Amino acid sequence: MDNKEIKKNLLSAQVDLSKFSSANFEKATDEEKRQQDVMGESTTFFKDGMRRLRKNPLAMGSIVVLALIILIILITPHFVPYSYDQIISVGGVRDKGSANLGFFEYSQKELQYMEQTGEDLFPHIFGTDGLGRDYFIRVIYGTRVSLAVGVVAAIMVVIIGIIYGSVAGYFGGRVDLIMMRIVDIIYSLPDMLIIILLSVVLKENLSGKLTGTVFSALGANMISMFIVFGLLYWVSMARLIRGQILTIKNNEYVLAARCIGTSNAKILKRHILPNCLSVIIITTALQIPSAIFTESYLSFLGLGVSVPLASLGSLANDARSGMQSYPGRLVIPAIIICLIVLALNLLGDGLRDAFDTKLD
Amino acid sequence: MSEEKYLLEVEHLKQYFPIKEGFRTVPLKAVDDISFAIKPGETLGLVGESGCGKTTVGRTLLRLYQPTAGRIVFDGNVLFDSEKKIDVNMHPYRKQMQMVFQDPYSSLDPRMTVEDIIGEPLDVHKLYSSKGERRDKILSLMETVGLNAEHAMRYAHEFSGGQRQRIGIARALAVNPKFIVCDEPVSALDVSIQAQVVNMFEELQEKLGVAYLFIAHDLLVVHHISDRIAVMYLGHIMEIADADDLNNNPVHPYTLSLLSAVPIPDPETARKSQRIILEGDVPSPLKMPSGCPFRTRCRYATEQCAKEMPPLTDRGDRHFVACWNK
Repeated sequence: MDNKEIKKNLLSAQVDLSKFSSANFEKATDEEKRQQDVMGESTTFFKDGMRRLRKNPLAMGSIVVLALIILIILITPHFVPYSYDQIISVGGVRDKGSANLGFFEYSQKELQYMEQTGEDLFPHIFGTDGLGRDYFIRVIYGTRVSLAVGVVAAIMVVIIGIIYGSVAGYFGGRVDLIMMRIVDIIYSLPDMLIIILLSVVLKENLSGKLTGTVFSALGANMISMFIVFGLLYWVSMARLIRGQILTIKNNEYVLAARCIGTSNAKILKRHILPNCLSVIIITTALQIPSAIFTESYLSFLGLGVSVPLASLGSLANDARSGMQSYPGRLVIPAIIICLIVLALNLLGDGLRDAFDTKLD
Repeated sequence: MSEEKYLLEVEHLKQYFPIKEGFRTVPLKAVDDISFAIKPGETLGLVGESGCGKTTVGRTLLRLYQPTAGRIVFDGNVLFDSEKKIDVNMHPYRKQMQMVFQDPYSSLDPRMTVEDIIGEPLDVHKLYSSKGERRDKILSLMETVGLNAEHAMRYAHEFSGGQRQRIGIARALAVNPKFIVCDEPVSALDVSIQAQVVNMFEELQEKLGVAYLFIAHDLLVVHHISDRIAVMYLGHIMEIADADDLNNNPVHPYTLSLLSAVPIPDPETARKSQRIILEGDVPSPLKMPSGCPFRTRCRYATEQCAKEMPPLTDRGDRHFVACWNK
């Protein structure tokens, strides 16, 4: 066919090259060539998830709230001159009139003392409780205890759950059957009853032995609570991890690792657990508030931390008697529990959205 | 068979899986009494329709499944013998027998970089003395399979299907095996990339002298790469012969129908050729027909077929067929 016979369509967008010569073109410089190399930044799964998380305003707000709470409970005890277990004393003498003060209120003696010496006393931000102890510092310590219990219990639950669940899920068959039936049995035990029974038994046996150890501040109730968490609460975690592992172990890369000769422990550690990491992170974040809740209502029932140490639950319980006259004492710990639990739940949700891409 | 030395010999291999049906446990006969042998540096193609047990054969050979019965001999060493109760620890043999998987998407761990994926077999078998040596080995493997060395630090999800399959091949080659099971390595790829990968398999065989068990359902690809071809149907080998021989003189009625189903690129010839269309469906492997498994769809089936499974008999020139009537 002869080229000249082809008629150019009027609407054609094709460039008529016959109008150009080589003089019309110039060579691309090295820099221009480099611009054509589109090399996307190599992202890992974790980086990708964090990027998505950063775009979630609710989750980021929760992180800010949690960070603020943690910062406050870490720093404030260092410059508030009161302690959680001591009745306020003025000039070395116990101040009997300092009970039941309101927000930012000073007692009679304190006012006199300040007038006499000209020295400014640190204000009682949340006032004082019925025994004349600074309520702000008690709330701070209560938050510390509640958060610590939540985190430690969640970590315990997660570790036991991961080990148990991954062994059951990975080995499957009869091992799985027996291990999951044990889980079913534990699931059917009434946890409240066991906590109450254990704390009664442990109180008798441990009370003498604990003095002088790190655990003495926690008290028998706290320890029995941890034991119960360790004994009972991991089961739902174990079930979840098992389910994840059952799906992940059917991937061909696990088969490939077995084909290479990788040992079972290494397959679990290198291939399977990293691939269910997102689920682990999310459930841990959601496990903490549930542990805080349990601790709070146990403390509220009088089974939590032993006096004079406070937790948010026991503070609320103490405030119950004076609820009509001093509602602030009940409201403050309640608000803090709400804040922590809400923030952790929202963060957990945000983590799930960011890391569990299957939901999209 | 002959007195030549074989790299891999499989005799009467059986692989049954227990399937629970209510309270009863029924065996699913995925692979039922198959025998074949592969010479060093040779390629045996294994074809058959989906669900006929091709993949199971490959995985059982590498002992990813525990065989129900039979005998596997690799390089003069008995790996498994159900009668003599021999069942060796496979770890040292994993260096000599490897596998390339079907799905290049799920066979690479999404959390690992290419370097770690290819390096894993090196780690497991401690094939290096220093970190530098490990890296050099990985980079040279990447070069062997035609991957860019700059990509070593990337994650598998950043590659195309063909590139991913190359990563999988590099992982299999890392231990310098004598034998590789290729489990439908090109089925998940584009036709244009299939050719590249198949040619790469051939080049690697020339260079390294590895033997392949090449599993596929595409007869054209298998014919292109294989020295010998085995045709499987419902866990049995129906016909096994040299590639050209099988292509030109197929004997078993099942092979005939498979060959007639191969698409012909030229429409003129395609119109003239006759397609043999099989009637009915593949029977469930849980309810296998008695005797020859193919008899329910075979137009030559007789009473004898229902009674007894035909043995693989030599029809001359190492062409084995399992059929009473042909």
